[in-house]
Amino acid sequence: MATTTYPTAHITPKPSTDGGEDQFLEVSMGPQHPSTHGVFRMNVVLDGERVVKLKPVFGYLHRNHEKIAENESYLGSMPYTDRLDYLCSITNNWAYALAVEKLAGIQVPERAEYLRVITGELTRLQNHACLIGFLMQDMGASGTPLMYAFREREKILDLFESLTGARMMCNYMRFGGCRVDASADWLQQAQKVMEAFPRFLDEYERLLTENEILMARTQGVGVLPRELAVNAGITGPMLRASGINYDIRKVDKYGIYDRFAFKVPLGEHGDVYDRYMIRVLEMRESIRILQQAMREISPGPIQDPKTKIRGFRPKAGEAYGRIESPKGELGFYLISDGSPNPYRYRVRPPSLINLTVLEEMCLGQNVADVVITLGSIDIVLGEVDR
Amino acid sequence: MLGEGILKGLAETARNFLGSYVSKDRLTTVQFPEERLPHIEAARSFPFLVYDGEDWQQGMRCVSCLICEKECPPKCIFIEKSKDKKPDATGKPQFYPVVFNIDVSVCMSCQICVEVCPFDAIKMDVEFELSTNDRFGGLLWDKERLAKSNAYYGKIHPTEAAAVDAQLAEERAKLEAKAKLAAEAKTATVATPPAQPLRETSETTEGSGA
Repeated sequence: MATTTYPTAHITPKPSTDGGEDQFLEVSMGPQHPSTHGVFRMNVVLDGERVVKLKPVFGYLHRNHEKIAENESYLGSMPYTDRLDYLCSITNNWAYALAVEKLAGIQVPERAEYLRVITGELTRLQNHACLIGFLMQDMGASGTPLMYAFREREKILDLFESLTGARMMCNYMRFGGCRVDASADWLQQAQKVMEAFPRFLDEYERLLTENEILMARTQGVGVLPRELAVNAGITGPMLRASGINYDIRKVDKYGIYDRFAFKVPLGEHGDVYDRYMIRVLEMRESIRILQQAMREISPGPIQDPKTKIRGFRPKAGEAYGRIESPKGELGFYLISDGSPNPYRYRVRPPSLINLTVLEEMCLGQNVADVVITLGSIDIVLGEVDR
Repeated sequence: MLGEGILKGLAETARNFLGSYVSKDRLTTVQFPEERLPHIEAARSFPFLVYDGEDWQQGMRCVSCLICEKECPPKCIFIEKSKDKKPDATGKPQFYPVVFNIDVSVCMSCQICVEVCPFDAIKMDVEFELSTNDRFGGLLWDKERLAKSNAYYGKIHPTEAAAVDAQLAEERAKLEAKAKLAAEAKTATVATPPAQPLRETSETTEGSGA
Protein backbone atom coordinates (compact mmCIF):
# COMPACT_ATOMS: atom_id res chain seq x y z
CA MET A 1 0.00 0.00 0.00
CA ALA A 2 1.14 3.49 -0.68
CA THR A 3 2.47 5.08 2.44
CA THR A 4 1.26 8.59 2.08
CA THR A 5 0.67 10.96 4.90
CA TYR A 6 -1.20 13.29 2.60
CA PRO A 7 -3.63 11.10 0.69
CA THR A 8 -4.51 13.63 -1.98
CA ALA A 9 -0.89 13.79 -3.08
CA HIS A 10 -1.32 10.53 -4.97
CA ILE A 11 -4.46 11.46 -6.79
CA THR A 12 -2.85 10.93 -10.19
CA PRO A 13 -2.19 7.23 -10.72
CA LYS A 14 1.45 6.39 -10.96
CA PRO A 15 2.18 3.78 -13.59
CA SER A 16 3.83 0.87 -11.98
CA THR A 17 5.47 -2.07 -13.66
CA ASP A 18 6.86 -4.14 -10.84
CA GLY A 19 3.44 -5.36 -9.75
CA GLY A 20 4.20 -4.63 -6.11
CA GLU A 21 2.20 -2.78 -3.58
CA ASP A 22 2.76 0.45 -5.44
CA GLN A 23 -0.07 -0.49 -7.71
CA PHE A 24 -2.53 0.56 -5.06
CA LEU A 25 -3.72 4.08 -5.02
CA GLU A 26 -5.07 5.72 -1.96
CA VAL A 27 -7.72 8.30 -2.62
CA SER A 28 -9.28 10.53 -0.04
CA MET A 29 -12.86 11.17 -1.01
CA GLY A 30 -14.29 14.03 0.92
CA PRO A 31 -14.88 15.71 3.30
CA GLN A 32 -15.91 18.27 0.73
CA HIS A 33 -16.76 15.78 -1.96
CA PRO A 34 -20.14 16.47 -3.55
CA SER A 35 -21.18 12.83 -3.39
CA THR A 36 -20.55 12.31 0.30
CA HIS A 37 -23.81 13.94 1.40
CA GLY A 38 -22.11 16.28 3.79
CA VAL A 39 -18.76 16.42 5.46
CA PHE A 40 -17.85 12.77 5.33
CA ARG A 41 -14.55 11.31 4.19
CA MET A 42 -13.68 7.93 2.81
CA ASN A 43 -10.11 6.78 2.51
CA VAL A 44 -10.39 4.44 -0.42
CA VAL A 45 -7.55 2.18 -1.50
CA LEU A 46 -7.89 1.34 -5.14
CA ASP A 47 -6.41 -1.29 -7.34
CA GLY A 48 -7.07 0.32 -10.67
CA GLU A 49 -10.80 0.94 -10.48
CA ARG A 50 -11.42 -1.75 -7.92
CA VAL A 51 -11.86 -0.95 -4.23
CA VAL A 52 -9.48 -2.89 -2.00
CA LYS A 53 -10.04 -1.11 1.24
CA LEU A 54 -12.34 1.60 2.43
CA LYS A 55 -12.09 3.50 5.65
CA PRO A 56 -14.87 5.88 6.57
CA VAL A 57 -13.76 8.96 8.47
CA PHE A 58 -16.42 11.00 10.15
CA GLY A 59 -16.80 13.45 12.97
CA TYR A 60 -16.40 16.64 10.97
CA LEU A 61 -19.88 17.73 11.97
CA HIS A 62 -19.63 16.73 15.61
CA ARG A 63 -21.58 19.22 17.66
CA ASN A 64 -21.54 17.60 21.06
CA HIS A 65 -25.26 17.01 20.89
CA GLU A 66 -25.47 14.43 23.64
CA LYS A 67 -23.40 16.38 26.12
CA ILE A 68 -25.30 19.57 25.41
CA ALA A 69 -28.54 17.71 26.02
CA GLU A 70 -27.29 16.53 29.40
CA ASN A 71 -26.87 20.14 30.46
CA GLU A 72 -30.20 21.22 29.04
CA SER A 73 -33.71 20.85 30.34
CA TYR A 74 -35.75 18.04 28.82
CA LEU A 75 -37.70 20.43 26.66
CA GLY A 76 -34.54 22.34 25.81
CA SER A 77 -33.10 19.46 23.80
CA MET A 78 -36.20 19.16 21.66
CA PRO A 79 -35.11 21.85 19.19
CA TYR A 80 -31.63 20.30 19.11
CA THR A 81 -33.09 17.00 17.93
CA ASP A 82 -34.34 18.83 14.84
CA ARG A 83 -30.74 19.24 13.84
CA LEU A 84 -29.85 15.58 13.98
CA ASP A 85 -31.38 14.34 10.78
CA TYR A 86 -32.23 17.71 9.38
CA LEU A 87 -34.30 16.31 6.55
CA CYS A 88 -36.83 14.77 8.91
CA SER A 89 -36.96 16.84 12.04
CA ILE A 90 -40.44 15.70 12.95
CA THR A 91 -39.53 12.05 13.32
CA ASN A 92 -36.55 13.05 15.45
CA ASN A 93 -38.86 15.00 17.70
CA TRP A 94 -41.15 12.05 17.87
CA ALA A 95 -38.48 9.59 18.95
CA TYR A 96 -37.27 11.93 21.67
CA ALA A 97 -40.79 12.70 22.84
CA LEU A 98 -41.52 8.98 22.95
CA ALA A 99 -38.47 8.32 25.12
CA VAL A 100 -39.39 11.08 27.55
CA GLU A 101 -43.01 9.94 27.64
CA LYS A 102 -41.84 6.45 28.55
CA LEU A 103 -39.56 7.87 31.20
CA ALA A 104 -42.22 10.03 32.80
CA GLY A 105 -45.24 7.87 32.02
CA ILE A 106 -47.14 10.47 30.04
CA GLN A 107 -50.16 9.57 27.95
CA VAL A 108 -50.67 11.12 24.54
CA PRO A 109 -54.19 12.16 23.50
CA GLU A 110 -55.61 10.55 20.42
CA ARG A 111 -55.65 13.58 18.16
CA ALA A 112 -52.01 14.23 18.93
CA GLU A 113 -51.19 10.66 17.96
CA TYR A 114 -52.94 11.16 14.65
CA LEU A 115 -51.13 14.42 14.06
CA ARG A 116 -47.87 12.65 14.80
CA VAL A 117 -48.63 9.94 12.31
CA ILE A 118 -49.67 12.43 9.64
CA THR A 119 -46.64 14.66 10.02
CA GLY A 120 -44.35 11.68 10.46
CA GLU A 121 -45.52 10.00 7.29
CA LEU A 122 -45.31 13.26 5.37
CA THR A 123 -41.73 13.46 6.58
CA ARG A 124 -41.10 9.96 5.29
CA LEU A 125 -42.52 10.91 1.90
CA GLN A 126 -40.27 13.89 1.49
CA ASN A 127 -37.20 12.13 2.84
CA HIS A 128 -37.54 9.18 0.50
CA ALA A 129 -38.33 11.38 -2.51
CA CYS A 130 -35.23 13.45 -1.81
CA LEU A 131 -33.05 10.44 -1.15
CA ILE A 132 -33.91 9.03 -4.55
CA GLY A 133 -33.15 12.40 -6.06
CA PHE A 134 -29.77 12.49 -4.36
CA LEU A 135 -29.04 8.94 -5.41
CA MET A 136 -29.71 9.85 -9.03
CA GLN A 137 -27.53 12.89 -8.61
CA ASP A 138 -24.72 10.61 -7.45
CA MET A 139 -25.30 8.50 -10.52
CA GLY A 140 -24.83 11.46 -12.79
CA ALA A 141 -28.45 12.29 -13.54
CA SER A 142 -27.66 15.81 -12.49
CA GLY A 143 -30.75 17.79 -11.86
CA THR A 144 -33.89 16.31 -13.28
CA PRO A 145 -34.93 13.65 -10.72
CA LEU A 146 -33.66 15.70 -7.80
CA MET A 147 -35.47 18.81 -8.93
CA TYR A 148 -38.70 16.89 -9.41
CA ALA A 149 -38.33 15.52 -5.92
CA PHE A 150 -37.59 18.95 -4.52
CA ARG A 151 -40.63 20.37 -6.25
CA GLU A 152 -42.81 17.88 -4.39
CA ARG A 153 -40.86 18.25 -1.17
CA GLU A 154 -41.53 21.96 -1.26
CA LYS A 155 -45.26 21.34 -1.04
CA ILE A 156 -44.78 19.20 2.05
CA LEU A 157 -42.42 21.74 3.58
CA ASP A 158 -45.02 24.46 3.00
CA LEU A 159 -47.45 22.31 4.93
CA PHE A 160 -44.93 22.00 7.74
CA GLU A 161 -44.35 25.72 7.74
CA SER A 162 -48.01 26.57 7.97
CA LEU A 163 -48.43 24.09 10.79
CA THR A 164 -45.27 24.37 12.84
CA GLY A 165 -43.79 27.66 11.71
CA ALA A 166 -40.64 26.29 10.17
CA ARG A 167 -39.85 24.33 7.05
CA MET A 168 -37.13 22.12 8.38
CA MET A 169 -36.49 22.85 12.05
CA CYS A 170 -40.08 22.15 13.00
CA ASN A 171 -39.73 21.60 16.75
CA TYR A 172 -43.24 20.29 16.64
CA MET A 173 -43.64 17.51 19.21
CA ARG A 174 -44.03 18.11 22.89
CA PHE A 175 -44.04 15.60 25.71
CA GLY A 176 -47.56 14.29 25.80
CA GLY A 177 -48.65 15.66 22.47
CA CYS A 178 -47.90 18.27 19.87
CA ARG A 179 -47.24 21.97 20.10
CA VAL A 180 -49.99 23.34 17.89
CA ASP A 181 -53.19 21.91 16.59
CA ALA A 182 -53.84 21.52 12.91
CA SER A 183 -56.78 23.52 11.63
CA ALA A 184 -59.40 22.02 9.37
CA ASP A 185 -57.95 24.16 6.63
CA TRP A 186 -54.52 22.65 7.15
CA LEU A 187 -55.87 19.12 7.06
CA GLN A 188 -57.59 19.94 3.81
CA GLN A 189 -54.36 21.24 2.33
CA ALA A 190 -52.55 18.13 3.54
CA GLN A 191 -55.23 16.01 1.95
CA LYS A 192 -54.67 17.79 -1.33
CA VAL A 193 -50.92 17.28 -1.21
CA MET A 194 -51.39 13.64 -0.29
CA GLU A 195 -53.83 13.03 -3.12
CA ALA A 196 -51.47 14.58 -5.64
CA PHE A 197 -48.49 12.59 -4.43
CA PRO A 198 -49.28 9.23 -6.10
CA ARG A 199 -49.39 10.99 -9.44
CA PHE A 200 -45.93 12.33 -8.81
CA LEU A 201 -44.77 8.87 -7.77
CA ASP A 202 -46.09 7.37 -11.01
CA GLU A 203 -44.27 10.05 -12.91
CA TYR A 204 -41.11 9.45 -10.93
CA GLU A 205 -41.31 5.74 -11.54
CA ARG A 206 -41.88 6.17 -15.27
CA LEU A 207 -38.81 8.33 -15.28
CA LEU A 208 -36.61 5.95 -13.34
CA THR A 209 -37.75 2.45 -12.53
CA GLU A 210 -37.34 0.90 -15.95
CA ASN A 211 -34.51 3.09 -17.04
CA GLU A 212 -31.82 0.81 -18.45
CA ILE A 213 -28.97 3.02 -17.32
CA LEU A 214 -30.27 3.03 -13.78
CA MET A 215 -30.67 -0.71 -13.82
CA ALA A 216 -27.21 -1.27 -15.25
CA ARG A 217 -25.68 0.99 -12.66
CA THR A 218 -27.51 -0.30 -9.61
CA GLN A 219 -28.45 -3.95 -10.02
CA GLY A 220 -25.98 -6.23 -8.31
CA VAL A 221 -24.06 -3.29 -6.93
CA GLY A 222 -23.40 -2.77 -3.24
CA VAL A 223 -25.02 -6.02 -2.21
CA LEU A 224 -25.70 -6.37 1.49
CA PRO A 225 -26.26 -10.02 2.44
CA ARG A 226 -29.02 -10.83 4.90
CA GLU A 227 -26.78 -12.28 7.60
CA LEU A 228 -24.45 -9.34 7.55
CA ALA A 229 -27.36 -6.90 7.66
CA VAL A 230 -28.72 -8.59 10.78
CA ASN A 231 -25.35 -8.97 12.46
CA ALA A 232 -24.38 -5.39 11.86
CA GLY A 233 -27.64 -4.09 13.29
CA ILE A 234 -28.78 -2.46 10.09
CA THR A 235 -32.31 -1.11 10.26
CA GLY A 236 -34.77 0.69 8.09
CA PRO A 237 -35.21 0.48 4.33
CA MET A 238 -31.70 -0.88 3.98
CA LEU A 239 -32.46 -3.94 6.08
CA ARG A 240 -35.77 -4.51 4.34
CA ALA A 241 -34.07 -4.25 0.96
CA SER A 242 -32.00 -7.24 2.07
CA GLY A 243 -35.22 -9.14 2.65
CA ILE A 244 -35.64 -9.01 6.41
CA ASN A 245 -39.12 -8.20 7.53
CA TYR A 246 -38.44 -5.78 10.34
CA ASP A 247 -40.31 -2.54 10.64
CA ILE A 248 -40.60 -0.97 14.07
CA ARG A 249 -44.00 0.40 13.14
CA LYS A 250 -45.11 -3.23 12.94
CA VAL A 251 -42.87 -4.66 15.67
CA ASP A 252 -43.40 -2.08 18.41
CA LYS A 253 -46.68 -0.61 17.18
CA TYR A 254 -45.72 2.60 18.91
CA GLY A 255 -48.27 5.36 18.95
CA ILE A 256 -51.30 4.16 17.04
CA TYR A 257 -49.64 2.27 14.22
CA ASP A 258 -51.62 -0.85 15.08
CA ARG A 259 -54.72 0.87 13.70
CA PHE A 260 -53.44 1.23 10.16
CA ALA A 261 -53.35 -1.40 7.48
CA PHE A 262 -50.12 -1.18 5.54
CA LYS A 263 -47.59 -3.55 4.08
CA VAL A 264 -43.88 -3.73 4.65
CA PRO A 265 -42.16 -3.93 1.29
CA LEU A 266 -39.23 -6.33 1.15
CA GLY A 267 -36.32 -6.58 -1.24
CA GLU A 268 -34.74 -9.72 -2.53
CA HIS A 269 -31.20 -9.00 -3.60
CA GLY A 270 -30.15 -6.27 -1.19
CA ASP A 271 -28.49 -4.24 -3.91
CA VAL A 272 -28.74 -0.55 -4.63
CA TYR A 273 -31.67 -1.05 -6.98
CA ASP A 274 -33.63 -2.85 -4.29
CA ARG A 275 -32.94 -0.03 -1.91
CA TYR A 276 -34.25 2.42 -4.48
CA MET A 277 -37.34 0.31 -5.09
CA ILE A 278 -38.04 -0.21 -1.39
CA ARG A 279 -38.22 3.52 -0.94
CA VAL A 280 -40.65 3.97 -3.79
CA LEU A 281 -42.86 1.23 -2.37
CA GLU A 282 -42.60 2.63 1.14
CA MET A 283 -43.79 5.97 -0.12
CA ARG A 284 -46.85 4.28 -1.55
CA GLU A 285 -47.49 2.58 1.78
CA SER A 286 -47.01 5.90 3.57
CA ILE A 287 -49.72 7.36 1.40
CA ARG A 288 -52.00 4.51 2.44
CA ILE A 289 -51.31 5.25 6.10
CA LEU A 290 -51.90 8.94 5.49
CA GLN A 291 -55.22 8.26 3.81
CA GLN A 292 -56.42 6.23 6.77
CA ALA A 293 -55.13 8.74 9.31
CA MET A 294 -56.73 11.68 7.53
CA ARG A 295 -60.01 9.85 7.43
CA GLU A 296 -60.00 8.82 11.06
CA ILE A 297 -58.66 11.94 12.75
CA SER A 298 -61.19 13.45 15.13
CA PRO A 299 -61.19 16.64 17.19
CA GLY A 300 -59.91 16.60 20.72
CA PRO A 301 -57.11 17.83 22.94
CA ILE A 302 -53.59 17.71 21.54
CA GLN A 303 -51.58 17.64 24.73
CA ASP A 304 -51.81 15.94 28.07
CA PRO A 305 -52.87 18.81 30.37
CA LYS A 306 -50.74 17.44 33.19
CA THR A 307 -47.49 17.90 31.30
CA LYS A 308 -45.56 20.86 32.47
CA ILE A 309 -43.52 22.96 30.12
CA ARG A 310 -41.30 24.43 32.79
CA GLY A 311 -39.67 22.61 35.66
CA PHE A 312 -40.26 19.20 34.14
CA ARG A 313 -38.59 16.59 36.34
CA PRO A 314 -39.29 12.96 35.56
CA LYS A 315 -38.59 10.62 38.44
CA ALA A 316 -35.37 8.66 38.48
CA GLY A 317 -35.24 5.83 35.97
CA GLU A 318 -34.30 5.00 32.45
CA ALA A 319 -36.14 4.66 29.18
CA TYR A 320 -35.44 3.82 25.58
CA GLY A 321 -37.83 5.16 23.00
CA ARG A 322 -37.47 4.14 19.40
CA ILE A 323 -39.35 4.76 16.21
CA GLU A 324 -39.05 3.80 12.59
CA SER A 325 -37.58 6.99 11.23
CA PRO A 326 -37.26 7.22 7.43
CA LYS A 327 -33.67 6.07 7.79
CA GLY A 328 -34.12 3.24 10.26
CA GLU A 329 -34.41 2.70 13.95
CA LEU A 330 -33.98 6.02 15.66
CA GLY A 331 -33.73 5.57 19.39
CA PHE A 332 -33.19 7.84 22.35
CA TYR A 333 -31.90 6.39 25.58
CA LEU A 334 -32.42 8.52 28.63
CA ILE A 335 -31.42 8.11 32.25
CA SER A 336 -33.02 10.43 34.73
CA ASP A 337 -31.78 11.04 38.24
CA GLY A 338 -34.77 13.16 39.11
CA SER A 339 -33.12 16.45 38.22
CA PRO A 340 -34.38 18.80 35.50
CA ASN A 341 -31.72 17.58 33.04
CA PRO A 342 -31.17 14.01 31.89
CA TYR A 343 -28.27 12.23 33.57
CA ARG A 344 -27.47 10.43 30.36
CA TYR A 345 -28.80 11.14 26.92
CA ARG A 346 -27.87 8.86 24.11
CA VAL A 347 -29.00 8.82 20.50
CA ARG A 348 -29.02 5.67 18.44
CA PRO A 349 -28.74 7.17 14.99
CA PRO A 350 -29.75 4.90 12.13
CA SER A 351 -27.43 6.65 9.68
CA LEU A 352 -24.30 5.91 11.69
CA ILE A 353 -25.06 2.26 12.22
CA ASN A 354 -26.12 1.72 8.62
CA LEU A 355 -22.86 3.31 7.56
CA THR A 356 -20.75 0.70 9.33
CA VAL A 357 -21.22 -1.87 6.56
CA LEU A 358 -20.09 0.51 3.83
CA GLU A 359 -16.72 -1.20 3.43
CA GLU A 360 -18.22 -4.68 3.13
CA MET A 361 -20.64 -3.48 0.49
CA CYS A 362 -17.98 -1.68 -1.51
CA LEU A 363 -15.10 -4.18 -1.54
CA GLY A 364 -14.40 -5.42 -5.02
CA GLN A 365 -16.63 -2.83 -6.64
CA ASN A 366 -15.64 0.01 -8.90
CA VAL A 367 -14.90 3.36 -7.38
CA ALA A 368 -17.94 4.89 -9.08
CA ASP A 369 -20.11 2.31 -7.31
CA VAL A 370 -18.82 3.44 -3.93
CA VAL A 371 -20.54 6.73 -4.55
CA ILE A 372 -23.93 5.21 -5.29
CA THR A 373 -23.64 2.64 -2.53
CA LEU A 374 -23.06 5.44 -0.09
CA GLY A 375 -25.95 7.32 -1.64
CA SER A 376 -28.26 4.37 -1.21
CA ILE A 377 -27.53 4.08 2.52
CA ASP A 378 -29.22 7.42 3.03
CA ILE A 379 -27.02 9.11 5.56
CA VAL A 380 -27.34 12.56 6.98
CA LEU A 381 -24.16 13.72 8.58
CA GLY A 382 -25.96 15.76 11.19
CA GLU A 383 -27.09 12.46 12.60
CA VAL A 384 -23.92 10.45 12.01
CA ASP A 385 -21.67 12.87 13.85
CA ARG A 386 -24.15 14.47 16.23
CA MET B 1 -36.65 -3.63 -26.00
CA LEU B 2 -33.44 -2.06 -24.84
CA GLY B 3 -33.81 1.67 -24.45
CA GLU B 4 -37.53 1.59 -23.90
CA GLY B 5 -37.18 2.71 -20.28
CA ILE B 6 -34.98 5.58 -21.27
CA LEU B 7 -37.45 6.74 -23.91
CA LYS B 8 -40.27 6.52 -21.41
CA GLY B 9 -38.25 8.64 -19.00
CA LEU B 10 -37.50 11.16 -21.72
CA ALA B 11 -41.19 11.39 -22.55
CA GLU B 12 -41.78 12.21 -18.89
CA THR B 13 -39.16 14.92 -18.96
CA ALA B 14 -40.71 16.34 -22.13
CA ARG B 15 -44.12 16.33 -20.51
CA ASN B 16 -42.76 18.24 -17.56
CA PHE B 17 -40.92 20.68 -19.78
CA LEU B 18 -43.91 21.42 -21.99
CA GLY B 19 -46.23 21.34 -19.03
CA SER B 20 -44.22 24.07 -17.36
CA TYR B 21 -45.54 26.49 -19.98
CA VAL B 22 -49.17 25.81 -19.15
CA SER B 23 -49.33 24.45 -15.63
CA LYS B 24 -48.37 26.53 -12.63
CA ASP B 25 -47.95 23.26 -10.78
CA ARG B 26 -44.95 22.26 -12.85
CA LEU B 27 -43.19 25.58 -12.80
CA THR B 28 -42.80 26.53 -9.21
CA THR B 29 -39.78 28.79 -9.53
CA VAL B 30 -40.15 32.26 -8.09
CA GLN B 31 -37.80 35.05 -9.18
CA PHE B 32 -37.01 35.92 -5.63
CA PRO B 33 -36.20 39.55 -4.97
CA GLU B 34 -38.76 40.79 -7.47
CA GLU B 35 -41.38 38.11 -6.92
CA ARG B 36 -42.20 36.80 -3.49
CA LEU B 37 -44.25 33.94 -2.24
CA PRO B 38 -47.19 34.84 -0.02
CA HIS B 39 -46.23 35.03 3.60
CA ILE B 40 -47.22 31.98 5.64
CA GLU B 41 -48.90 33.07 8.82
CA ALA B 42 -47.33 30.62 11.23
CA ALA B 43 -43.81 31.29 9.96
CA ARG B 44 -41.22 32.34 12.47
CA SER B 45 -37.75 33.79 12.35
CA PHE B 46 -36.44 35.50 15.47
CA PRO B 47 -38.08 36.79 18.65
CA PHE B 48 -39.15 40.35 19.30
CA LEU B 49 -40.57 42.17 22.32
CA VAL B 50 -44.14 43.37 22.20
CA TYR B 51 -45.15 46.77 23.55
CA ASP B 52 -48.61 48.24 24.00
CA GLY B 53 -49.47 51.80 23.09
CA GLU B 54 -47.22 54.30 21.38
CA ASP B 55 -44.13 54.54 23.54
CA TRP B 56 -42.01 51.41 23.37
CA GLN B 57 -40.19 52.13 26.60
CA GLN B 58 -43.31 52.64 28.62
CA GLY B 59 -45.48 50.06 26.96
CA MET B 60 -43.10 47.14 27.00
CA ARG B 61 -44.89 44.07 28.31
CA CYS B 62 -41.73 42.41 29.54
CA VAL B 63 -41.49 42.54 33.33
CA SER B 64 -38.05 40.95 33.27
CA CYS B 65 -39.01 37.74 35.04
CA LEU B 66 -35.97 36.02 33.46
CA ILE B 67 -37.89 32.86 32.54
CA CYS B 68 -37.02 33.05 28.85
CA GLU B 69 -33.39 33.68 29.69
CA LYS B 70 -33.36 30.56 31.81
CA GLU B 71 -35.30 28.34 29.40
CA CYS B 72 -33.61 29.42 26.16
CA PRO B 73 -31.80 26.28 24.94
CA PRO B 74 -28.77 27.96 23.34
CA LYS B 75 -28.79 30.73 25.97
CA CYS B 76 -28.93 33.60 23.53
CA ILE B 77 -30.98 35.93 25.74
CA PHE B 78 -29.37 38.27 28.23
CA ILE B 79 -31.54 40.30 30.60
CA GLU B 80 -30.63 42.74 33.32
CA LYS B 81 -33.53 43.29 35.68
CA SER B 82 -34.35 46.79 36.92
CA LYS B 83 -34.03 47.72 40.58
CA ASP B 84 -37.06 50.03 40.53
CA LYS B 85 -40.58 49.70 39.20
CA LYS B 86 -42.08 51.84 36.49
CA PRO B 87 -45.73 52.05 35.47
CA ASP B 88 -46.52 49.94 32.41
CA ALA B 89 -49.13 50.63 29.73
CA THR B 90 -51.99 50.03 32.16
CA GLY B 91 -50.39 52.20 34.83
CA LYS B 92 -49.43 49.37 37.13
CA PRO B 93 -45.90 49.60 38.51
CA GLN B 94 -43.75 46.77 37.16
CA PHE B 95 -40.13 45.78 36.91
CA TYR B 96 -38.68 46.29 33.49
CA PRO B 97 -35.57 45.06 31.69
CA VAL B 98 -32.73 47.55 31.85
CA VAL B 99 -30.90 45.47 29.27
CA PHE B 100 -32.55 42.91 27.04
CA ASN B 101 -30.24 41.47 24.44
CA ILE B 102 -30.77 38.64 21.98
CA ASP B 103 -27.83 37.36 20.04
CA VAL B 104 -29.51 36.30 16.82
CA SER B 105 -26.36 34.62 15.60
CA VAL B 106 -26.90 32.13 18.44
CA CYS B 107 -30.70 32.02 18.43
CA MET B 108 -32.08 28.93 16.72
CA SER B 109 -35.68 30.12 16.32
CA CYS B 110 -37.10 27.33 18.45
CA GLN B 111 -39.89 29.45 19.95
CA ILE B 112 -39.40 28.10 23.46
CA CYS B 113 -39.09 31.65 24.86
CA VAL B 114 -42.51 32.39 23.38
CA GLU B 115 -44.00 29.27 24.90
CA VAL B 116 -42.72 29.89 28.41
CA CYS B 117 -43.42 33.63 28.58
CA PRO B 118 -46.32 34.14 31.02
CA PHE B 119 -46.87 37.76 29.94
CA ASP B 120 -47.11 37.35 26.14
CA ALA B 121 -44.23 39.77 25.95
CA ILE B 122 -41.99 37.92 23.52
CA LYS B 123 -43.21 36.72 20.14
CA MET B 124 -41.71 35.45 16.91
CA ASP B 125 -41.02 37.79 14.06
CA VAL B 126 -41.19 36.91 10.37
CA GLU B 127 -38.48 39.22 9.13
CA PHE B 128 -35.78 37.19 7.43
CA GLU B 129 -33.54 39.45 5.36
CA LEU B 130 -31.21 40.28 8.18
CA SER B 131 -27.72 40.20 6.74
CA THR B 132 -25.37 42.75 8.13
CA ASN B 133 -21.73 43.57 7.63
CA ASP B 134 -21.09 43.66 11.35
CA ARG B 135 -21.30 40.11 12.50
CA PHE B 136 -20.88 40.79 16.20
CA GLY B 137 -22.61 44.05 17.03
CA GLY B 138 -24.99 43.86 14.11
CA LEU B 139 -26.39 40.55 15.25
CA LEU B 140 -26.62 41.39 18.93
CA TRP B 141 -30.00 43.03 19.15
CA ASP B 142 -30.80 45.30 22.05
CA LYS B 143 -34.09 46.28 23.60
CA GLU B 144 -34.74 49.07 21.14
CA ARG B 145 -34.11 46.88 18.10
CA LEU B 146 -36.31 44.15 19.55
CA ALA B 147 -39.25 46.30 20.56
CA LYS B 148 -42.17 46.13 18.17
CA SER B 149 -45.72 47.28 18.65
CA ASN B 150 -48.68 45.04 19.31
CA ALA B 151 -50.18 46.37 16.08
CA TYR B 152 -47.21 44.94 14.19
CA TYR B 153 -47.73 41.62 15.93
CA GLY B 154 -51.37 41.69 14.89
CA LYS B 155 -50.28 42.33 11.33
CA ILE B 156 -47.86 39.42 11.02
CA HIS B 157 -49.75 36.76 12.98
CA PRO B 158 -53.42 37.86 12.83
CA THR B 159 -55.13 34.80 14.30
CA GLU B 160 -52.56 34.18 17.01
CA ALA B 161 -52.50 37.86 17.98
CA ALA B 162 -56.27 38.06 18.11
CA ALA B 163 -56.34 35.11 20.52
CA VAL B 164 -53.63 36.67 22.67
CA ASP B 165 -55.40 40.06 22.71
CA ALA B 166 -58.68 38.46 23.69
CA GLN B 167 -57.01 36.54 26.48
CA LEU B 168 -55.21 39.62 27.77
CA ALA B 169 -58.40 41.67 27.65
CA GLU B 170 -60.19 38.99 29.60
CA GLU B 171 -57.47 38.88 32.21
CA ARG B 172 -57.50 42.66 32.47
CA ALA B 173 -61.28 42.71 32.87
CA LYS B 174 -60.99 40.10 35.59
CA LEU B 175 -58.32 42.13 37.37
CA GLU B 176 -60.40 45.29 37.11
CA ALA B 177 -63.45 43.53 38.45
CA LYS B 178 -61.36 42.20 41.30
CA ALA B 179 -59.94 45.64 42.01
CA LYS B 180 -63.43 47.12 41.96
CA LEU B 181 -64.60 44.42 44.31
CA ALA B 182 -61.74 45.05 46.68
CA ALA B 183 -62.34 48.81 46.58
CA GLU B 184 -66.00 48.35 47.27
CA ALA B 185 -65.33 45.98 50.12
CA LYS B 186 -63.02 48.60 51.56
CA THR B 187 -65.65 51.31 51.37
CA ALA B 188 -68.14 48.89 52.84
CA THR B 189 -65.97 48.20 55.86
CA VAL B 190 -65.13 51.87 56.37
CA ALA B 191 -68.69 53.15 56.20
CA THR B 192 -71.10 50.87 58.05
CA PRO B 193 -74.52 52.52 58.35
CA PRO B 194 -77.20 49.85 58.95
CA ALA B 195 -79.01 50.39 55.59
CA GLN B 196 -75.87 50.38 53.38
CA PRO B 197 -74.69 46.70 53.29
CA LEU B 198 -77.67 45.43 51.34
CA ARG B 199 -77.08 47.84 48.47
CA GLU B 200 -73.37 47.16 48.52
CA THR B 201 -73.72 43.40 48.22
CA SER B 202 -76.07 43.72 45.29
CA GLU B 203 -73.51 45.94 43.54
CA THR B 204 -70.63 43.60 44.24
CA THR B 205 -72.43 40.63 42.79
CA GLU B 206 -73.02 42.69 39.68
CA GLY B 207 -69.35 43.60 39.59
CA SER B 208 -68.13 40.03 39.90
CA GLY B 209 -70.67 38.93 37.31
CA ALA B 210 -69.16 41.29 34.76
